[in-house]
Amino acid sequence: MKSIIIDDEEMARAILEQLISKTKELSLIESFSNAIEAIKFLNQNSVDLIFLDIHMPTFTGFDLLQTLKNPPKVILTTSDKNFAIEAFEYNCIVDYLVKPVTQERFDKAILKAKSFNVVSSNSKKVEKDIIDELYVNIDRRLVKINFATINLIEAKGDYIQIKTDSKNYTVHSTLKKIEDKLPYELFLKVHRSFIINTTKIVDIEDNSVLIGNNVIPVSRSNRPELMKRLNLL
Amino acid sequence: MIEKPNLNYLKEISGGDVIFEKKMIEIVKKELPEEIKSYENFLNAHNFKQAAEIVHKIKHKISILGLEKSYQTAIDFEEDLKRQELTLQLEFEQILNSMVNFVKDL
Repeated sequence: MKSIIIDDEEMARAILEQLISKTKELSLIESFSNAIEAIKFLNQNSVDLIFLDIHMPTFTGFDLLQTLKNPPKVILTTSDKNFAIEAFEYNCIVDYLVKPVTQERFDKAILKAKSFNVVSSNSKKVEKDIIDELYVNIDRRLVKINFATINLIEAKGDYIQIKTDSKNYTVHSTLKKIEDKLPYELFLKVHRSFIINTTKIVDIEDNSVLIGNNVIPVSRSNRPELMKRLNLL
Repeated sequence: MIEKPNLNYLKEISGGDVIFEKKMIEIVKKELPEEIKSYENFLNAHNFKQAAEIVHKIKHKISILGLEKSYQTAIDFEEDLKRQELTLQLEFEQILNSMVNFVKDL
């Protein structure tokens, strides 16, 4: 895949350049430190994949996307998870990578990019597999859990407890691992030990959220993201 | 206790490419002092929005130097600055000092 990088930070560009250079499927055509130069380039050249920083001065990654009639596949890069919600409004976005980008996460994004089809810009539909369940390993069995039934997930030492409407599952894993498997639009990490299903919120107080009859703490750093997700009157 | 910066992340990404590692260290050495100066200037001028922008830039370097807890502090401080809240200033500046001292010796 012919790729370009758009990021105002030299370090971020250098890291992506390094990761791309180690990836057989990718060839780097050009790196840009600002969106305007990149738009000029994209108007005259075709590429398969853009690594696009969202947070850039004067012209953001989202501004750039709005100028492109038929954007190629895009992997967003960001230091700020909060922007990811907006990403779902674009059908060209394959994935988003939170900086600092790790090798493992980069590889996953490239795998996704390979099988991702961009639907024409007129369509709002995103053509990708919609997965609505998760399989977890419990006593050597792979148990299917539908995302919609999960109320919350709590970290307990080397284990996580997945609390659903009908049952609780204890699984040997970490919050980080399961967070990567959950659909972003439904789930939110509100505390270092808790991920909640935001559709199951009953109410919110200053530093806590009620999920069913569980009062879950909300850490200060995660509160702004939680508030952003709410349809506030 | 303040975390110690390290090159673990850079080494993971470099895959043994010493030239890349060197290049990255040079960028940090060059940019970090400039960014700290801008941060201080904006803070002294009570331009909290711009100070937050600089913290946003520095934040990436904090994570690249393997400072996971400090990265969270920087995220919180960036948000605080947008609300003109300075509770984390001292803690953030200690992180900056530890980074400056670390890269100085590289």
